[in-house]
Amino acid sequence: MYKLSQTRIYIILAICLAGIFFAVPNMIGNKNKLPKWWQPVNLGLDLQGGSNLLLEVKVDDVIKERMGQIEDEARQVLRDNKIRYQNLKTGADNVKVKIDNLNARSKAISAFRKMNGDLNVQETGDGIIEIRYREQALNELKLKAVDQSIEIVRRRIDETGTNEPSIQSQGVDRIAVQLPGEQNPERVKALLGKTAKLSFHLVDSRSSAADARRGKLSNSSRLINSNEGGMMVISRKPVVTGEHLVDARAAFDGGTPVVSFKFDSFGGKKFGEATQNHVGERLAIVLDNEVISAPNIQTAILGGSGQISGNFTLESAQELALLLRSGALPAPLEVLEERTVGAGLGSDSINAGVTASVIGLIAVVLFMIAAYGLFGIFTTVTVFLNLFLMLGILSIIGATLTLPGIAGIILTIGMAVDANVLIFERMREEVKNKRSPRDAAEAGFTEAWATIVDSNLTTLVAAFVLLYFGTGPVRGFAVTLAIGIATSMFTSVTVTRLIITGWLQKYKPTKLPI
Amino acid sequence: MRIFSWVTKDTNIDFLKFRKAGYLSSIALVVLSVACIAFKGFNYGIDFSGGILIELKSSEKINMEEVRKQLSGIELDDVNLQSIGENGDEMMIRAQTKSQDEKEQMKAVNAIKKILGDKYEYRRVELVGPQVGSELKKAGVIASLIAVLAITLYIWFRFEWQFALGAMVGLVHDLVVTIGFLSLFNFDISLTTVAAVLTLAGYSVNDKVVNYDRIRENLRKYKKMSQYDLLNKSINDIFSRTILTGLTTLLASIALFIFGGDTLRSFSFTIVLGVIIGTYSSIYVSGTFLNLFDLRTNQNADKTINPFGNVE
Repeated sequence: MYKLSQTRIYIILAICLAGIFFAVPNMIGNKNKLPKWWQPVNLGLDLQGGSNLLLEVKVDDVIKERMGQIEDEARQVLRDNKIRYQNLKTGADNVKVKIDNLNARSKAISAFRKMNGDLNVQETGDGIIEIRYREQALNELKLKAVDQSIEIVRRRIDETGTNEPSIQSQGVDRIAVQLPGEQNPERVKALLGKTAKLSFHLVDSRSSAADARRGKLSNSSRLINSNEGGMMVISRKPVVTGEHLVDARAAFDGGTPVVSFKFDSFGGKKFGEATQNHVGERLAIVLDNEVISAPNIQTAILGGSGQISGNFTLESAQELALLLRSGALPAPLEVLEERTVGAGLGSDSINAGVTASVIGLIAVVLFMIAAYGLFGIFTTVTVFLNLFLMLGILSIIGATLTLPGIAGIILTIGMAVDANVLIFERMREEVKNKRSPRDAAEAGFTEAWATIVDSNLTTLVAAFVLLYFGTGPVRGFAVTLAIGIATSMFTSVTVTRLIITGWLQKYKPTKLPI
Repeated sequence: MRIFSWVTKDTNIDFLKFRKAGYLSSIALVVLSVACIAFKGFNYGIDFSGGILIELKSSEKINMEEVRKQLSGIELDDVNLQSIGENGDEMMIRAQTKSQDEKEQMKAVNAIKKILGDKYEYRRVELVGPQVGSELKKAGVIASLIAVLAITLYIWFRFEWQFALGAMVGLVHDLVVTIGFLSLFNFDISLTTVAAVLTLAGYSVNDKVVNYDRIRENLRKYKKMSQYDLLNKSINDIFSRTILTGLTTLLASIALFIFGGDTLRSFSFTIVLGVIIGTYSSIYVSGTFLNLFDLRTNQNADKTINPFGNVE
């Protein structure tokens, strides 16, 4: 019979020992005492308890906001060039303007084209010019908005002190947030529910809200809701925005909670200038398109820091400070999905999974021994080794074990003996054909190999499709299934061969007990 | 010790004799499954339908009627209460809100928590928006189709076209009948169920491939044997393997069904069912199917692998 070389035997043994070694942490209770490279497999939130949120970044809002800015720029361009226009309007993803005069129109088009290289300026007939973003620029804008959102979400969640949160992009405009141990994600959701766009605007004292509602509103001003009730007219252009904040804290001012903030040097300068030039006027503090307060400017504020008062409780002041510290979201987030599993259910699931695995394992092993006797005992060794190797690999690659993943392990236990069965059945036939034990054993391995590969590959195909299309727990299942297929091929072919070769050499049987 | 050694004995069963009964029962199963799916439909879990799901545990036995009465005050659609676990102290609430946006759903969850109070432990709270649900549904269907296609392609590369066709017919039979049973028994269709169905696709074809490998080998080995005898012999040759592997997989999935907890119940049920159906169809769908063709005329003994089959 084909003899395994010494080196190969050592390699096989080394792989098995390594598998066992890396699987061991999974059987030790306290993982904190173990070194970082020798850890048990990560448990999914469905096993350790925690909360999963799937958020959608409203990227269309970013585009719309951008188009609003482009409308302002376009108006400026038209004015500078003294072009008469009608109906300058922002749509969901475009800006349109009507210019009747042909010459003026072509002049406007070339002026618009100079505005920004990312824009596509086109005539759509009837004297209408349409400005929109080029496809690529649009995608970049969206991508950037999602990336920024992830960063801001991370900062906000970090501020809450959640343990090892995971924040990842998913698909084009989604963010998957995992909060291990979180039982009540309300607070986190509240923090993520606000974009926290802050800006300071001078209040337009020339026109009242009532005038504005009747349409008497200059282009440089706009009407806005006020937190203190009613509406207010403020200048469109902000004095300074929250982007220039470097710090924000909740504080007390004469016993009432306020939010104190600090600008960077640019912001401080702008803020200083505005307050210096407009003493006596009112400055509106606008958060997410609503005025939170509009105090009178009493003196110039030159130090680059100030405070926001409003109807704050200590808690809401702290929350606002946190939001301002971590920065504004480029677009609102919407919660699409929320899944929270209690720690109790998680540990029950683990127990159920372990019980099912152990019982499944014992049943399969007993059955194999009952069917094959000695060779069944050989199988037992490979089945256990397979389990260790799976756990070991899952632990090393830092995979996440989910409840369906446990199901994948159990299923692999049942399916993996298939390779052994194929080999043994082939041996049995060869014995029937009166071949010597050595030849029969050898033929068993070589003849069964092609079938084993074929049959495992089809399951592997299914596993990869699942890996590609699945999310969360189902991916966990696909991962364990794929790893299980690989390790089971190794154990049932290579390790079984090693055992049987060794056994043949030691006992030199005259007949295979099969 | 070898009380099951009878499994590993040679058999000589005339499988093909019952092929007509096999065809009839397979066709009947497929038709009934399709009818059941068409008329009864599936019991979609919130993964696919969107909605809210709450799992509760109480320190005492839960009176379902009382809970039902308590909840009737909240405006909810399709409320579904189900007792889970063995001790009657756990239950699952599934419901949909009128408009399925997250705020509406959260309101409903909070209302339920408020009415039921603190005597329950809230073990699982899930809210899935309708958008995610319909996307997942689409992804599930696409994944299943791609899996079937990829597996068929693989078989087509490895075998003659009659074999590929036979494997595909068997695979589709297995999948349709399995999900037909899921519909019949009103099992939850969740993402995990889809995973189980796809795993089955792998298992089912695996079983057929082993059969076909042997048929192909015997076609080369026994050039004079009649096709009828050859198919019978091939199926008999690996019959003990078919039974053994089927049984070990069944043992593992039954252990999962009994001890794996409620979350995995429809998963393991799907596997148990599928293994039985798949084992049957390896012989009586994919195996006997080949008897409809004359395999010899296309057989080229020199070729071990014929990537493109002999498409005529």
